[in-house]
Amino acid sequence: MAVLSVQGLNASYRRNKVLDEVSFEVQPGSLTSIVGPNGAGKSTLLKVLLELHPKLSGSVSFFGSTFGRMKTRVGYVPQRGSVDWDFPTHALDVVMMGLYGHVGWLKWPKRCHREKAMAALEQMGMADYAGRQISQLSGGQQQRVFLARTLVQDADLYFMDEPLAGVDAATEQAIMATLNELKTAGKTVMVVHHDLQTVEDYFDHVLLLNRTVVAHGSTEDVFTKENVYRAYGGGLRWVREG
Amino acid sequence: MSYTGWILLTASLVGLSCGLIGVFLILRRMAMMADAISHSVLLGIVIAFIITRQLSGGHMLIGAIIAGLLTAVLVQWFNSLSIQHDASIGVVFTTLFAIGVILIATQVGNAHLDVKHALMGEITFVPWNTIELPFIGAVPEAAFLLAIVLIVVLLAILAFYKEWKITSFDPALAASLGIPVMLMHYVFMSLVSVTTVASFDAVGAIMVVAMLITPAAAAYLWTDRLSVMLVLSGAFGVLSAISGYYIAVWLDTSISGSMAFATGLVFMISFLGSPKHGLLSRVIRPFTIPSA
Repeated sequence: MAVLSVQGLNASYRRNKVLDEVSFEVQPGSLTSIVGPNGAGKSTLLKVLLELHPKLSGSVSFFGSTFGRMKTRVGYVPQRGSVDWDFPTHALDVVMMGLYGHVGWLKWPKRCHREKAMAALEQMGMADYAGRQISQLSGGQQQRVFLARTLVQDADLYFMDEPLAGVDAATEQAIMATLNELKTAGKTVMVVHHDLQTVEDYFDHVLLLNRTVVAHGSTEDVFTKENVYRAYGGGLRWVREG
Repeated sequence: MSYTGWILLTASLVGLSCGLIGVFLILRRMAMMADAISHSVLLGIVIAFIITRQLSGGHMLIGAIIAGLLTAVLVQWFNSLSIQHDASIGVVFTTLFAIGVILIATQVGNAHLDVKHALMGEITFVPWNTIELPFIGAVPEAAFLLAIVLIVVLLAILAFYKEWKITSFDPALAASLGIPVMLMHYVFMSLVSVTTVASFDAVGAIMVVAMLITPAAAAYLWTDRLSVMLVLSGAFGVLSAISGYYIAVWLDTSISGSMAFATGLVFMISFLGSPKHGLLSRVIRPFTIPSA
């Protein structure tokens, strides 16, 4: 059974159509990169799937059911720029936010939640920064905190919006190691990615998007010069030779 | 209690409830919504008065909640129709406020409700307008109303502390965790509305904005913890209210004006002196020797 199945999805943003008849299916245990030019609708696609942005038409099913019923099995890492890093909170606190769904209404986080969050920070090599106010972390460290927060959600399907944008090399390696661990554990991961040069090294599946699905499948089959050209139109300078 | 005692208590209740609510206004970047709601609740009060023909606390609160929510819904709606957020705030609240002004001038113009009172407040009259409570005796109606609103605000913040935190910090994550972000937004707008209208009698529509925004903005400069920011902001609100009263007595001038001025002083001191973001710390820091 497909983890995620999308059929004929349409959506617009401020009256411009950004998703046009998008259809694809994602198999469990895959590590997919969503690739496309600026304005191709990559972030909007994630937001529509997570019902953060309205769709015009089309159907989406998670694990053969609706998003509403499967919410707890889906984790989301928004773009780093989407939150206010001056917010009065520290790294451990941000990670604990990933557990608020488990904590439940009218209850305060307990020691077990704290320990779980701390373990996730440790896994991302961030234990020493647990009490640090989040604006005093580097871009890479902020991204690790975000990823730790997603790990504690203990989901089966993860969406990540440009987790590798603007991070240092060490963080990039740490994040990719974590994504591969998730994959080994049978989880499914979809990542909006902007660096075409690393697609083949990092991901086993590719979804080439430009308002509609240009190509989707295993990286080997789909990530060809022709398809990338089709997705990016004439605007592409870099093409991998051979 | 003495006349001065009631005024100080009423003003402190304003400072405390506005200070607490203000923290989330600042963190949600909605300072302008406070300005909008503080004006448009006038319409709610006027309509409540037209319908019931009396200026009772309960009716005013209900009218204020409806007017505040109407403001929030209209702003959201215009914004979804591609009108800039600040422009839609400006259009909505001035229009609703104008309707309130027109209604006062034509329908209900009397001694109990006038525009100047609504804008500037008149805390000096507060101790005389009392109601009888069981066990406690005569209590100024404004103080009673403010106490109820403070309890509601405190309960709402304590009960849903983590939900307020996450919907303020990362609404996208909150929504994906199943927390009703929009519902929380409108509940928050209702809290702003009731806090505003309960503070009306004391400080008026314009000064309540100072009480909502400035203590919270000052507290933000002192701490990296949300809980500490809430405590500090409430304390700054009370401090401003009390010192504002004594400034007014000393200079023999408007009490609400002095309270708003006192919030400005607290902010100035924080801006200059706070250890993290203050101007002075930026100047001094290069010359200090690390102790470790």
